Amino acid sequence: MGAISERFEAMPHRLASSKARQRVNMIVFLGPAILLTLAFFVLPVIVDVVISFTDMGRSLRINEFTFKQYEKVFVGDRRLASVITLTFVYAFLTLAIFNVTFGLILALLTTAIPKVSGGFFRGVWLLPRMSPSVLYILLWVWVIRPSDSGLLNQVLKQIFGVKEVVDLLTTAPLALIVVSNGFIGASMGMIIFTSAIRGIPEHLFHAARVDGAGSLSIVRHITLPALRWPISFITIYQTLSLLVSFEYILLLTKGGPFFDTTVLALYIYRRAFQSGQYAYGAALALFLIILGVVVAMLGWKFLDMKTLLQKPRIEVN
Amino acid sequence: MARVEFRRIEKRFGDVVVIQDMDLVINDGEFVALLGPSGCGKSTSLFMLAGIYMPSAGELRFDDSVVNEVEARDRNVGIVFQSYALYPHMTVQNNIMFPLRFKGVPREQALPKVREAAELVHVGELLDRRPAQLSGGQQQRVALARALIKEPQLLLLDEPLSNLDATLRLTMRTEIKALQERLGVTTILVTHDQLEATTMADRVICMRAGRIEQVGSPDDLYSRPASLFVASFIGSPPINLLTGQAQNGAIRVKELSLPCSGGVSGEVTVGLRPEHMHFGDTGIPGRIAQLEPMGREILYVIDTPVGHVRILEGGSVAAHRIGEAVHLAFEPDATLVFEADTEALLPNARVLLPNGGAAAA
Repeated sequence: MGAISERFEAMPHRLASSKARQRVNMIVFLGPAILLTLAFFVLPVIVDVVISFTDMGRSLRINEFTFKQYEKVFVGDRRLASVITLTFVYAFLTLAIFNVTFGLILALLTTAIPKVSGGFFRGVWLLPRMSPSVLYILLWVWVIRPSDSGLLNQVLKQIFGVKEVVDLLTTAPLALIVVSNGFIGASMGMIIFTSAIRGIPEHLFHAARVDGAGSLSIVRHITLPALRWPISFITIYQTLSLLVSFEYILLLTKGGPFFDTTVLALYIYRRAFQSGQYAYGAALALFLIILGVVVAMLGWKFLDMKTLLQKPRIEVN
Repeated sequence: MARVEFRRIEKRFGDVVVIQDMDLVINDGEFVALLGPSGCGKSTSLFMLAGIYMPSAGELRFDDSVVNEVEARDRNVGIVFQSYALYPHMTVQNNIMFPLRFKGVPREQALPKVREAAELVHVGELLDRRPAQLSGGQQQRVALARALIKEPQLLLLDEPLSNLDATLRLTMRTEIKALQERLGVTTILVTHDQLEATTMADRVICMRAGRIEQVGSPDDLYSRPASLFVASFIGSPPINLLTGQAQNGAIRVKELSLPCSGGVSGEVTVGLRPEHMHFGDTGIPGRIAQLEPMGREILYVIDTPVGHVRILEGGSVAAHRIGEAVHLAFEPDATLVFEADTEALLPNARVLLPNGGAAAA
């Protein structure tokens, strides 16, 4: 009895201490993540915004605060229009040919064949994503080397009897960056689509076959409708990642020849870190972020993500 | 409409034999049920009829043609799956119309047919809905309409009622049976529910571990089960089974001796259905251990020298109390005796009531 009443009396004190403990726990558990977010996400954004309103150049010295950089973005820089056009052409081609279409084909084919071989081929297509980007591009460099030692030229010469050496870096640089990025990008769609296809109840396929559908009709009427959401997701997600990533292009073509493969993200890098126009680079980066948000919102509306994300109405008995 | 024949059908998945030596004829227009516990091969048999699986050996015939290798889409069968398998992104109308697409029926001819099929199963007002907006019973009806719209020569039902609640199950049972009678389509129902099988089908095929155990009318399976397995699978509450030694016209089960006819000897199992037993002045002595009122009747569990025995008594009010000493009598004509090692029925053997005067336990 005594022990119980003692415990009751101790309650308010315990409540207070548990609240304090909760606060401590919050700091202990969330603190590191919050710090990292602040240091590597919030702070850089602030720094970027501030720098974009200055005239910071190679000397890293700030002489004045100005709107000059934004004037340049919207009127001054005559190259920017072609860079943005290229960015969208590149993103569209990579998405349309590889990240969505080829990813879809890979998913459809590897789920249609026996499980083991399907898994093997998916593994093969995952390899580029798993290998370090420098290594991956190094292989490309070897493949396309414009001399007799390049793999592509060897194949062309030995098998197709092509006489002159082909230099894709100068003749088809856009195709090159699309293909090299697409080979990596396709695996993401492949994985998402594969799991979505696996998620379709098997009875639906059986029912469709009994109803008279052939393989292609099954893909069209059963598989593709079930992949609507994954396709929309991959499209938006990959558009954004294609807009901002440039490391493969930088490694493979350095944006060249001239500015022929310089997408916006790479253009920012070249302006800021190669020409030393830090303030202009910062303004361009902000512009890219806004562009990304606009594209994402268009995708959201255009691809009807909102309805797709709604809760399904569950069967009511 | 078709006559279906299984000739020594075998189905293996890798090394696992799922169906063995299946011989079966289903007549044109017949309604049969494949009944058995899960894993007995009944759904596999159905999927072989649908063309989803191909038999590993033997001959599957529709009328006079062998269909072993015929693709599902060329068989003209309709199937209702346990999960209904409605296409989730299509409206009810498009779901029902789906099979007609592949028969090259133009839309303007297909639409009245869809309407007709939907009316047939009472989902005429739901044509614009999607499956997720339907109740389980409505989904079931849509699945039925989709299976029927192409006027199949064979209607296959895979556990069609198992996802419905008890009341709806009763309604659908009656409706499906009436529909089948009206359309006269050869129908094969797969179920693990004996009540579903016996109430709907003209003939029941009881399966066990990939083999057919017995084929017969519902009454055959109930009154003259070919084996211990069928006897214990059919009937609810389950049959009471007592194993003992038969010798000199009597079966000895533990300390109890039951006189029997039919000249049996050796180890046997006696089957006594709860509904064929009653309380008597003499018989197997025992004490009431438990009683379960089931509404129309009461199920008593009796503790006897031979173990627990269930008996079913009519009436909604219990005439006996727990702990009361009773004697159990039964109708000798309704008793079943099986050979213990082969589990086969000994058709002429009957168990008789023990002589009166036995003292209460």
